[in-house]
Amino acid sequence: MASEKVKTFTDSNFDDETKNGVVIVDFWAEWCGPCRRIAPIIDELAADFEGRAVIGKMNVDENPAIPTNRFQVRGIPTILLLKNGQLEETVVGLATKQDLARMIERHL
Amino acid sequence: MADQKVVIIGSGPAGLTAGLYAARANLKPLLIEGLEAGGQLMLTTMVENWPGFRDGIMGPDLMSEMRAQAERFGTEIIQSNVASVDLKHRPFTLTLSDGRKITTESLIIATGASARWLEIGSDRKLSGRGVSTCATCDGYFFRGRPIAVVGGGDSAMEEAIYLTKFASKVTVIHRRDSLRASKIMQDKAFANSKIEFIWDSEISEVRDVGKGEVTSVVVRNLKTGARTELPLDGVFIAIGHTPNTKLFEGQLELDPAGYIITHAGTRTSVPGVFAAGDVQDHVYRQAVTAAGSGCMAAIDAERYLEGLPQHVGEAQIA
Repeated sequence: MASEKVKTFTDSNFDDETKNGVVIVDFWAEWCGPCRRIAPIIDELAADFEGRAVIGKMNVDENPAIPTNRFQVRGIPTILLLKNGQLEETVVGLATKQDLARMIERHL
Repeated sequence: MADQKVVIIGSGPAGLTAGLYAARANLKPLLIEGLEAGGQLMLTTMVENWPGFRDGIMGPDLMSEMRAQAERFGTEIIQSNVASVDLKHRPFTLTLSDGRKITTESLIIATGASARWLEIGSDRKLSGRGVSTCATCDGYFFRGRPIAVVGGGDSAMEEAIYLTKFASKVTVIHRRDSLRASKIMQDKAFANSKIEFIWDSEISEVRDVGKGEVTSVVVRNLKTGARTELPLDGVFIAIGHTPNTKLFEGQLELDPAGYIITHAGTRTSVPGVFAAGDVQDHVYRQAVTAAGSGCMAAIDAERYLEGLPQHVGEAQIA
């Protein structure tokens, strides 16, 4: 299970939770092996950036609207960086913690 | 004194078999497992040509067994990425992506190969938005939709057949007029009513980059030059692999396609550095040949270490 510092985004809470500041959205699903590989990295980023950026996950099986319709996600893992509600960065596939941390720092 | 006697980069069949043998030779190997842990078999479903499993075995399950076996005999596995290597000085130095440095007397490179892209610009731009190189990863997103698979080998056929579980229709686009896939895979693909073939053709553009999603592909017939637009929702590229050797450019001899050149077994152009698996093999590229070369690399490394001045006289248990 993800650490409590990692937010859970849903189709219903997404807009509210992502409208302010720097937000990382990690799209995942149970059947996605590489997503499980990234999970501990997401936990660590949430701890490292606590108070400066919001880090959260969104399950694509449980949320049919936002991942597919708004962001055209057709492959996971996919990580988005939003700033004040605007999409700034998209990372498709696996990434190292260092690369993701650098990306977040660039937008803070 | 180097940190390690032997370090293995890579955790597919080659790396893990090298780890197993090196561990059983009491070399206390360190294996660096990157983000794509387990290698290409993690991206496949049923493996029917790995000897020993008459009913086949799931790729991830086979890798899980290999990993557990390597650890059981003493392979230390760490999860990290290698950012750079220095093979010009001894002992060799590996720098990890978190800055940590590891020195080692010998190195086994088993970094494998990654899927090739079409490299037409639009394919990369729509990566994750309808263009993929992994059917098992992304097939889910195309339930009931028409898609294309590019390629003519075994992987392309396997991906096409797998995708018929999700897609409404699978169009295989191949640049020749015959497949190079094995007979058994060809027969399976031809017998599948959801699969159609477009021959002598390639994709010249994936649309629509401006919209940020796949709406169609432009298919060019290589014999006639004619272009047609094929509406579909996804493209799976299965045209082969490219070896993961960027780290070693300028330090190891690579062939024109980027594969590490090996001789006398798994020896590379630098004594003490060995290469196993797909990273040095563009001929066979099977899990079992990768595992075989991993074993060879461990034995080559063991003999190399025995010959070093500081180790002469040490007995190794195999």
